[in-house]
Amino acid sequence: MSTLDTIRTLFRQSFDLEDGADVDDLAYRAIPGWDSVGHMRLIAALETEFDLMLETDDVLDMSSFAKAREILGKYGVAV
Amino acid sequence: MTPDLVLTLPPFGHAQADKESWLRDGLAALTAHHRAACPAYDRWVGAMFPGAGASGRVADQPWLPVGVFKTHMLSSVPERDVVRILASSGTSGQAPSRVPLDAVTAARQARALSGIMPAVLGRRRLPMLIIDNEDSIASGAALSARGAGILGMMPFGRHHAFALDRDLSLRREAVDGFLDRWGGEPFLVFGFTFMVWTHLPPAMAERKAALANAILVHGGGWKALAGQGVDNDVFKAVLRRDAGLERAVSFYGMAEQVGSVFLEGDDGLLHAPAAADVIIRDPRTWDEVPVGVPGVIQVVSLLPTSYPGHSILTEDMGVIETVDRGEWKGKAFRVLGRVPRAEPRGCSDALAAGGGR
Repeated sequence: MSTLDTIRTLFRQSFDLEDGADVDDLAYRAIPGWDSVGHMRLIAALETEFDLMLETDDVLDMSSFAKAREILGKYGVAV
Repeated sequence: MTPDLVLTLPPFGHAQADKESWLRDGLAALTAHHRAACPAYDRWVGAMFPGAGASGRVADQPWLPVGVFKTHMLSSVPERDVVRILASSGTSGQAPSRVPLDAVTAARQARALSGIMPAVLGRRRLPMLIIDNEDSIASGAALSARGAGILGMMPFGRHHAFALDRDLSLRREAVDGFLDRWGGEPFLVFGFTFMVWTHLPPAMAERKAALANAILVHGGGWKALAGQGVDNDVFKAVLRRDAGLERAVSFYGMAEQVGSVFLEGDDGLLHAPAAADVIIRDPRTWDEVPVGVPGVIQVVSLLPTSYPGHSILTEDMGVIETVDRGEWKGKAFRVLGRVPRAEPRGCSDALAAGGGR
């Protein structure tokens, strides 16, 4: 699985979405699953999967799928 | 200086005169904004503070009694823009406060907090033990003040563990597992003061050394403890003796002004961050009282644009102990407890005509 697909899978798992659900245009609070609790679930999943530790500001800034890709890129996750 | 610019400043260490210069302009602009956007607020200010805004002093800005948020849903944004309604638990069976947040205010609150907390936690996100149960943050339409506080703090931690079960019994295995895995490095313990006071000492009685690397951040609800004669000094001494806790930092804040967190400094007193301040008022005349004189706490904040909560008279008593002394300049204050009843007359009448918006 490509890194991008891995990120998509983590998004779906964190927000209780169905397999294959389109997540590329998702934004924070746009769906019920991506609330504050879902957000911390996503952060934990990304940190575990890619073995990294995000800074607080990046945790707060990760407000969309696109933004997540950008931030992960900063930590050396090639997407 | 705009509120968003103020949030880029270091949160603590500003001289009072400097703070007042940006608070004065920012609060005046917020008063004008909310008067234009929230008719009920406009009526209140017109009735209670005729001529408000002319003076240049922070203390002359209009304020709302905090109880108003229990009786009225005051909003300065269209309903479709509201992303969350914060509900704080009312005292002794009263209705909860309800505060509407739009995306802008919610994001600004989070950013404000992320500027403030590193002052005690550093930039690194620490393993975080929460002295509460996971249900307190369960997804739902309205979030309790406790849940909102926990959610607001969670981005500062990682590997979160909840110490209590739904019935508030200790999750012994979860706590031991957390301490075994993370106790060797700095970690964060977070909870509401009364929850920490009640649940942390029994949890740690058998392994007091385990909190040697902990920093406790706690706040909210001194009422129950004040009734037992427990102030911050007693709290710290007992937690050190019975739980082995060396570092505890208290904060003061409220659901009606999330993101405006007053933090305990090295002097043991509470300090206002750059975008907020406190004013102490005489409960009979509502005039500002001098340093050293106890009174009712008013809190001002540059953060809220979705509801008129930028200047709130609380139901807490407090006293400013020092101004511009020590490394964290500005006002340093102490919370003394609750006032019996702090609602000025005329409040409901001024707001009543036409509901919240």
